[in-house]
Amino acid sequence: MSGPARPDFGATMSFDLSRPGRVGCTLPPLDVPEAPLPDATLLRDELTLPELSQLDVVRYFTRLSQLNYSIDTGSYPLGSCSMKYNPKINEDIARLPGLAQLHPLQTGETTQGALALLFELQRLLAEITGMDDASLSPAAGAQGELAGILVTRAYLHANGGGKRRVVLVPDSAHGTNPATAAMAGFEVRSIPSDAQGNMDIAALETALDDEGHAVAALMLTLPSTLGLFEQRIVRIAELLHEHGALLYGDGANMNAMLGRVKPGDLGFDVFHLNLHKTFSTPHGGGGPGAGPIAVKAHLAPFLPTPHIREAEGNGQFVLATPERSIGRLGLFHGNFGVLVRAYTYIRSLGADGLRSMSEAAVLNANYVQARLRDAYRLPYDRRCMHEVVFSGSRQKAKGVRTLDIAKRLIDYGFHPPTIYFPLIVDEAMMIEPTESESKETLDAFCDAMLAIAREAEESPDVVRAAPTNAPLRRLDEATAARKPVLRWRAEDG
Amino acid sequence: MPPLHPYIPLTDEDRRAMLATVGVSSTNELFADIPAEHRDPTLDLPRALSETELMREIGAMAARNRSTGELPSFLGAGAYCHYIPSVVDHIIRRGEYLTAYTPYQPEISQGTLQTIFEFQSMVCELTGMDVANAGMYDGASALAEACLMACAVTGRNRIVLLDTVHPHTIDTVRTYAGGHDITVDVVAQGDISLNSDAACLAVQQPDFFGCIEDIASLGTDAHDAGALFVVSADPVSLGMFRPPADYGADIVVGEGQPLGVPLSFGGPYVGLFACRDQFVRHMPGRIVGRTRDLEGRTGYVLTLQTREQHIRRERATSNICTSQQLVALAFTVALCTLGKQGLRRMAELCYHKAHYAAERIAALPGYELVTDRPFFQEFVARCPIAPAEVNRRLLERGMIGGYDVSDRIDRGILLCFSELHTRDEIDALVDALGALA
Repeated sequence: MSGPARPDFGATMSFDLSRPGRVGCTLPPLDVPEAPLPDATLLRDELTLPELSQLDVVRYFTRLSQLNYSIDTGSYPLGSCSMKYNPKINEDIARLPGLAQLHPLQTGETTQGALALLFELQRLLAEITGMDDASLSPAAGAQGELAGILVTRAYLHANGGGKRRVVLVPDSAHGTNPATAAMAGFEVRSIPSDAQGNMDIAALETALDDEGHAVAALMLTLPSTLGLFEQRIVRIAELLHEHGALLYGDGANMNAMLGRVKPGDLGFDVFHLNLHKTFSTPHGGGGPGAGPIAVKAHLAPFLPTPHIREAEGNGQFVLATPERSIGRLGLFHGNFGVLVRAYTYIRSLGADGLRSMSEAAVLNANYVQARLRDAYRLPYDRRCMHEVVFSGSRQKAKGVRTLDIAKRLIDYGFHPPTIYFPLIVDEAMMIEPTESESKETLDAFCDAMLAIAREAEESPDVVRAAPTNAPLRRLDEATAARKPVLRWRAEDG
Repeated sequence: MPPLHPYIPLTDEDRRAMLATVGVSSTNELFADIPAEHRDPTLDLPRALSETELMREIGAMAARNRSTGELPSFLGAGAYCHYIPSVVDHIIRRGEYLTAYTPYQPEISQGTLQTIFEFQSMVCELTGMDVANAGMYDGASALAEACLMACAVTGRNRIVLLDTVHPHTIDTVRTYAGGHDITVDVVAQGDISLNSDAACLAVQQPDFFGCIEDIASLGTDAHDAGALFVVSADPVSLGMFRPPADYGADIVVGEGQPLGVPLSFGGPYVGLFACRDQFVRHMPGRIVGRTRDLEGRTGYVLTLQTREQHIRRERATSNICTSQQLVALAFTVALCTLGKQGLRRMAELCYHKAHYAAERIAALPGYELVTDRPFFQEFVARCPIAPAEVNRRLLERGMIGGYDVSDRIDRGILLCFSELHTRDEIDALVDALGALA
């Protein structure tokens, strides 16, 4: 957060810094004869883009970067996002020319190394999840969800379940789950949680009975967004299968389980992974991620295309289309550069490393739970997995909202946790320390949270005024939405 | 207790102290909610590697490939090799951009937010449209979402695509439409019939075969039928060709990869998505707006979020959460560095090199150009022998050939040229092709 940022840095964009005639780079000279241009009706006249020197560009974007909080600059306990260390070697490997400069449409004879890596990653992810096969095509968790639900739908259609139109989603679920089900043409029915934070099994049974043979699947996050392991997961899987429905697993929280349990063993039919969470690929300010799906054998014929296979006979790897594929999710084979980083990460840890990673992630979260439980209300008083959800309801009674606590954490030098999610916890704060943080950092974070709890009692105005130690104070989001200004315009400048 | 790993800082002493605070005797107790019979399975993975070993082992896999960094390549067909200013990678490798999350806390995320606002502004300037979002997964999913958006806007359920849209994009539209009661019709330009049930007419410019045309009349046809006109455009071509807003586009999408993004075997890329003002609340994806902080300073925030899944759940405009942010940043920095003159120059160089190559290849015995329509940086040539064989023999000569389109055009090969090709490389390609005839 250091650096010579101007007081109103946001008022000046690249377009404003532009001066006619300046250039940021040079291009090679034309070494072939000029061809006649096409009809002028096809050509454009004006093009408004900034004209900057190269140093202008470097300084502008460097100064902007200094206004960002990041994992590399501080602790980032954002629940359900697994903001762990993003290893630097992964960046170097993804940039090897033999990977980064490979065209997606090159023939198999020039891409065997890349295909071998993808084939191996499919196997590793299937092994880690206890499934039979995997698809690396989905570009993000949400696209993985869409692929997984379309695969589910295609499987049911092929097996007499074409009339199943309902997808069940727990009330603790991430918003992508219901949005995905709707995008795949399903109706969504919400299932409540019980007092222990598990899914209400009686409500699930009622829903399955009510809907008869209309239920296609349950989308379940494991561990749940409350950071809790669903204790009756095996029974839930049995119930669904008895009713001819499938169990979809949202693996956003897989960081809790590596080497500790395989979702496939618990009865999941399809399970998506967020490589940008559990497998350390950088979030990049909001992507790119990757959201592979792993499936049991009965769903494998429906996986998206392309799927990497080993050709019989010659051992060559090929891009194949599964027999009853749901089709293509994007232009090429998924986010290869992200897949390479995740592959590097798995290879750097091995089975023991992955196990100790989840162990440390879970221990860290439980340690935070233990240290903060007297200061903040713990709505579900159980051991947690990799994240812990508190409620700010006690502080709310004093006029300090969870939003204020989050903003005050910024003043103490921490990124706030995920707030107001899951929706079923009043004034929720979802804290995920990850395995990357040391005990000293966790202690400093907990000390800050305890100090804020005291401030909420003694000097609530200080908390409500936060942040005061950040590049900007609180922003007017209401006006931003009511009178949207969504782009630079010459006439505004 | 396993040895420490560089990514896991807890020491044995830390663990002991923390377990005592938690009130358990071992970490195994923390996993007690997992059904005992499924706890601690074997994990059959290769052993852990040090950095040195990782670089050696994965480096060897990379070395088994033959990339466009090693060999001149004439492949395009949706992914394009262009000059990437050095500045780009230096900026996107900064940890402050690389390792930040979605900017949900605007006070400490202005770097990401302001660069998104830059991106939206540049996409608007390039396409001529009113508003743009922060980015989609890629150009293909962007077109698919645009078609679904057109269905939502018009209340109709028939998507009409020209058959000159990239075939992989057409497949992606079909996948996205698969969950709904939506018809996807792929038609030739001469056979368009929109009737009153078409939600949109979607076209690609330049088209899959590289051609660029005056398509304003298609926009008029779409509007006359009450449908939206959706255009998928290449951003480099927009350095010299008319922006789609000029010929009536309602939604413009595109693949952002050609500007600042390495080929990387197909991803990660970034989808461009822009539309007219009146449709902004139907737009999928993340949008950043400008506002002020408590002290009146200019700042940026995520806005119009009531369209999105985390607020609206099953009634959201899409389930998308990400905006391929780091890739969008690469696009933004590249465009800033190229600037007004650089982008135009890049486009012109592509145009002239491709036309030089086309003229020389057309003059070769046994070869002909398949079309006499204007093109940008790609064109289809008919070969005297099967394109797959052409490519095989070009590879023997140390070149990556073109894209085999013989399933669409008899003995057709789609060849692509850019500012990166030297005249010598083009001449060597022409000589090699000539030797095959």
